[in-house]
Formats: sequence, structure tokens, C-alpha cells
Amino acid sequence: MIDSRKPPSRPLPATTCDTEPFWSGGEHGELLIEQCDGCSYFIHPPTGFCPECESRDTHFQPVSGKGFIETFTVNHKRWVPGLPERYVLALVRIAEQADVRLATNIVNCDPGDVTFDMPVKVLFEENDGLWIPLFEPVGSAA
Amino acid sequence: MTDYAEKRTAITGIGQSRISRGADKSALALTIDAALDAIGDAGLTRADIDGMATWPGDRADGSGFSDVGIPALQDALRLELGWYSNASETSGQFGAIFNAIGAISAGLCRHVLIFRTMYEATARKTSFANALNRPGQRVFGPFQWYAPYHVYAAALQQALMFAAYTHKSGMTDEQRAWIAINQRENAALNPNAIFRERITVEDFLAAPIIATPLRLFDCDVPIDGSTAIILSHVDPAKDAPHPLTRIEAVGSAMRYRNSWTQLEALDTQAQPKVAEMMWNRTDLAVKDIDVAELYDGFSFHTINWLENLGVCERYGAKDFIAGGTRIALDGEFPINTNGGALSAGRMHAYGQVHEAMTQLRGLGGERQVPGNPGVAVVTTAGGPLAGAFLLVRE
Repeated sequence: MIDSRKPPSRPLPATTCDTEPFWSGGEHGELLIEQCDGCSYFIHPPTGFCPECESRDTHFQPVSGKGFIETFTVNHKRWVPGLPERYVLALVRIAEQADVRLATNIVNCDPGDVTFDMPVKVLFEENDGLWIPLFEPVGSAA
Repeated sequence: MTDYAEKRTAITGIGQSRISRGADKSALALTIDAALDAIGDAGLTRADIDGMATWPGDRADGSGFSDVGIPALQDALRLELGWYSNASETSGQFGAIFNAIGAISAGLCRHVLIFRTMYEATARKTSFANALNRPGQRVFGPFQWYAPYHVYAAALQQALMFAAYTHKSGMTDEQRAWIAINQRENAALNPNAIFRERITVEDFLAAPIIATPLRLFDCDVPIDGSTAIILSHVDPAKDAPHPLTRIEAVGSAMRYRNSWTQLEALDTQAQPKVAEMMWNRTDLAVKDIDVAELYDGFSFHTINWLENLGVCERYGAKDFIAGGTRIALDGEFPINTNGGALSAGRMHAYGQVHEAMTQLRGLGGERQVPGNPGVAVVTTAGGPLAGAFLLVRE
């Protein structure tokens, strides 16, 4: 069944000064992940503290936007009116560091084609001033 | 073995309201039903209760997830307390029990009324109940990392972990079905269960997919109802009307990243270190367990616990539950004997506690596990949350 209604607006994070860079880097096409100045460890979610070397000196680093699907689910239930019948929720590990996982939707592909460890790349969708990172299969035409 | 504090506590009373898909009274009234039932069951009066604990406390949001907290119940019953605490940032729902152990051990109280009330059946009829977030909403806290991705229910968050388990274990839908089938068999013998018609593998596979790999019969049943227990110091517990049933060991650990997205082991969730802690606090072992009430918010939680408690090997649950014989009431490891949350209703781990006590007292009626069970394991789970304890009847 095709639902012609507009998809519901995404619930959005209430940002803080710690998290705002992550959710706004997409305006310039950048996926920004907090990184330790001292040992280069990527810290996610951002906290301003490096659990590896205990440094408090960090910055937001643009990363490649590439990653791999750690796990995923294909949703089949219409929780709210206007949602597509099927969509993919996933955890993506970024290419730079395996223990940084981003919840996301996998878009621009058939949900049935998504697989574990599939290479994906970031794209952004602007919502009410925030730039929501989504991922699509590497090589996707979109 | 060290004389850990939990060994000097006992569950002396259990109580439960009517469990239904739509109550004829308020959530508070259901809670009073359960509380009075438990107090009376322990051979106590209101005046004997000097502690209260609950998880997670009054959410004040009408979602039905937790509409009754300590203030409303304390005032309704006019209890006079030496100690009270709700506790939502704990090792799952059993944090209320674990905190009460500490309070009893510290001499702050002797008889703690612990309760958990769900009103989700009614809430679902009238509002956007039990939703993690809503379209257009701004989301605070740890769920902000999921918020923009249309994650409206725990089923979606948890499906990510269950998918990882399925991927690594190779468990099929047909194999998994035996959790739901076995529990419906048990529910058929429980007059208080919500769903009592037996199901088959074909029924399981014919039910709708919620979010892969979850199907409808993998998910617990929202209900209206309240469960209460009385946790007492063992000294006064020895005078209680029922045989002394001590807490033998607890697992309350958090040794992972306490995060729904960054939790290290998605396929096992946070259970392994919790199980390890519990086993380190007792001389008992898996072979000593007579009955197991394993959290089943989703069937996968129960599957995870079978492996993480050491009942079967890692990724061996698919063989252990095959055909349902080993986990049946007369099997070597009977689980979720009242039908669990899948069939008896989502009492959110406190159904498990109530049923473990019922079995240890030999009051299970048609569903009673044979052989006079004396040791039970009770667990809860969900992503980074996990808790477990052993009960021993003397």
C-alpha cells in the first residue's frame, strides 16, 4: 500500500554544547566526531574527556563518512501515520574506529538488500536547523 | 563463601493485583491491591512496613510504563518508613530489590515493600503510550542518539541486538519459536494468564514481523497490573507464615559501556558480567537450579540468559530449546512457568519474581514444577541493563 501522506517529521535531539557540532557538521557536508588532541582517539558520544589518555583537550574532526553496518533491523510496523511500510534502522561503525557506532537509517536502497558489514557512506538530511546523518550503500546512485 | 548481605534477606510476602488487558480501576488502586496482598501474605500489617522501594518511580507522563511511585502509595497506605527509594538508573528493574538489600543490611529498615505497576493496556487505548519519542519532539538524554531515526519503541532498539545475535548464532525463526510455544503451554495451565491458547511453529511464523528478526509472539503483552513483594531481614523472616526463602546471590554489575548504542557485545547484551558476578557470590551452580524465571520482554532475552547463565554453551540455545522438552515444566530446566511476560502479561520482571516464589512454595497448581523445587534463578534484561538473583527455600 502506498501512503501518499508526507512522512512524519523526525524527532530531533535536544542539543548541548557537547553534541551540537555532531548534529550540525552536515551543513558543510562534514561528519564531525570528537577526537582527542593528545592520542587521536575518537570519543563518541562526545564528552570532552578522553577515556584512553584522560586528556580534556579535544576537537571535532571531520571523518571520511565511510563505515560498515554493525547490525540492522528492517522495520515492518507502522508506528505512526505516514511512515513508510519498511525502513532500515542500523548501527554503523565508522571506518576510522570500530568502537564508534552511529544509530542511523540506511537509505537509497531496497531494505532487502542491506547486509551485515556492508560498506556505507554518509549523507545528510536537514531538519529544523539540524543536519541528520543518514547512510547509503557505497556505490549507491543517489 | 563470604557472608554477603543478600544472604541475610528473604522474600517473605508476594502479592499481585488482577492482571488484565484493561483494568476496571486505577493504577494506584491496582498497586494497593498488590501491596495489601503482599503484606498479608508475609503475615504482617501496614505498621510493620518500614521501607519502600520501586523501579523506576512515578514517570508522571501517563504512558502506563510507571504511573505509580512511592509518594502516592506511601500516602495512600499511611506507611511510616525508615528508608525509601526509587531507582531507575540501576541494573534493570531489580535495582529496587538490590537497593533494599543494602538498606536492610545498613539497619535502616526490616520489612521493605517493593512494587512494580504497569498500566500500559489502558494507556495504549488513550494516548501515544510507551513511546520512546514522538514525531517532531525534541529528545533529551541517551535516546537522543536514536531520536531522528524513527525509533518509536523498545522493539526497534532491541531488534538491533537480536539481529546481531541471530547473525552470529545462526538461530532460525523456527528454532526460536519454541520459547513462545513453551510459554503458551505453561500459560494454558495458568488461570491468570492473558493468552492461554496453545500455538505451533506454524502459528509463530504466520504472525506479523514487527522489526526483523522480531515477530509478534516474540514480544510481551502490555497489561494493567501490579506486583508487590516484601523483602525482610532474615531474623524476622523466620517467623513468617511461609518457609524461609532467602536471596542467595545477586548479580548487579555494570562493566560495559552503559549505552544503548555503544554497548560492546550487542549479541549477548550486558548479561555475561552480571551472571559471572552472581555465580561468584554463591557455592551453588547451574546444576542446582530447579526452576528459572528468565526475563522475556522479548523472547531473545530469555535465549540470551540461557547462554549467559551457562545453561547451554554460547549460541547453543537453538539446540537446547529445540522441541521445547528441556525447558518444559517437566524438563531438565523449566523456564517461565506461568507463561512469562509473553503469555501471562508484561509485569516487567516482577512477574518472574512472583512466579519463582510461587513455585518455591509449591503453589503452582497445574503448572507446578515437580520435585519440590528449592532453588530458583530470576533475571531481568534489556540492552545495557541486566540483573539476576538466586532464591533458595530452606
